[in-house]
Amino acid sequence: MSTEIKHHLTDDLLMAYAAGTLPEAFDLMVATHLSLCDHCRARAESFEAVGGCVLQEQDGTANMSDGSLAATMALIAKGAPIAKPVRAGCSVLPAPLQDYVGGDVNSIKWRSIGMGVKQAILPTTSEATARLLFIPAGAAVPDHSHNGMELTMVLQGAFSDEVDHFARGDVEIADEDLHHMPTADFSEDCICLAVTDAPLKFTKMMPRLFQPFLRI
Amino acid sequence: MFTEIDTVTLDDPAADRPALKPWREKTRTRGKSVNSANGNRETRTEWVSHVRRIRDAQDQAAFAELFQHFAPRIKAFLIKSGSDAALAEECAQEVMATLWHKAHMFDPTRATVATWVFTIARNKRIDVLRKQRRPEPEDLGWGPEAEPEQDDVVALQQETAQLRDAMAALPAAQRELIEKAYFGDLSHREIASQTGLPLGTIKSRIRLALDRLRHAMN
Repeated sequence: MSTEIKHHLTDDLLMAYAAGTLPEAFDLMVATHLSLCDHCRARAESFEAVGGCVLQEQDGTANMSDGSLAATMALIAKGAPIAKPVRAGCSVLPAPLQDYVGGDVNSIKWRSIGMGVKQAILPTTSEATARLLFIPAGAAVPDHSHNGMELTMVLQGAFSDEVDHFARGDVEIADEDLHHMPTADFSEDCICLAVTDAPLKFTKMMPRLFQPFLRI
Repeated sequence: MFTEIDTVTLDDPAADRPALKPWREKTRTRGKSVNSANGNRETRTEWVSHVRRIRDAQDQAAFAELFQHFAPRIKAFLIKSGSDAALAEECAQEVMATLWHKAHMFDPTRATVATWVFTIARNKRIDVLRKQRRPEPEDLGWGPEAEPEQDDVVALQQETAQLRDAMAALPAAQRELIEKAYFGDLSHREIASQTGLPLGTIKSRIRLALDRLRHAMN
């Protein structure tokens, strides 16, 4: 299932995901990648083991109040919270993304951003932005660089840029130094999840003018 | 402070397989001495059966023991993460209630009970303190599953004990950095790759468990 993924997440992203300290948009990226990549899932779970050791071995514990066990038993007696319905596997969007979109690709509410490229911004906290990108087969996203970190993961099709070729499950990690122009393969329309912790900077005049309106 | 201390090597997919076999033989021989030599460690492996007793028999005595051990740790963890004591108390109770309700989902070939409790407490912190949703990967824990092999359970528990020993042996400054990263007051850059913790073997063990799960599903 995950054998063909070549571009993985970094240790510091996986550790921060395990610690639970990433902005929501980055959590969504990591959870989506882990759904497709057992290699990174195992790495993330081993960082959770570090968290288990920290919890277990920390200096000092905090006394629970009298009656806390009885209060917890009363809580348990109220019954389990209703479990989320399990979304079907083997679709274009892994389960964590489907939770944000409200379904698979057919449910994505695309907005055109020009030249056939479309995007859909996903509802996360504002520290960082998560959006789905649709790049028609053979088309390119305008040349741009980034103020902060941008992670782009392929969900359908594939793209190439100055760095390499990226297919389903592959994550490109771009920082301030990378100017790139991702171009979709000719064989299929490309759908990506892109997460940024700062707005993109476009190199050409026109896209920069539109940037405040398009929220890209 | 952080110079070239080498490193976790979690990044290299090729490192998965070769590490596995020699390591496995080593733990087999080590198994008995660990149990007799270190009572603490034995206790921690026992928590697995506590969770099973809750799952299979809604055993309240087992739950009370788990509560006594973990609830004060969860509460302290949440206070160190910035919660006030009253909220931390409430959350610790909710985390323990979740442990009861989700006992059937605990997989001891992929996590110790402490690790599992940590993930529940972490999610509670994200939900209540940070007021954020927590996207989780697709669940692999459904479908017809056999009871895990006892050898695999023991191996994972022992590897985690080795990780704990390695953390205890770190210089105090480094250990504090890791703790702060998990309590949520520090950025993670640099910490992850430079602490030299023996995470590679645990990762291989978990990977094996995931492969089995995928195999069982197909």
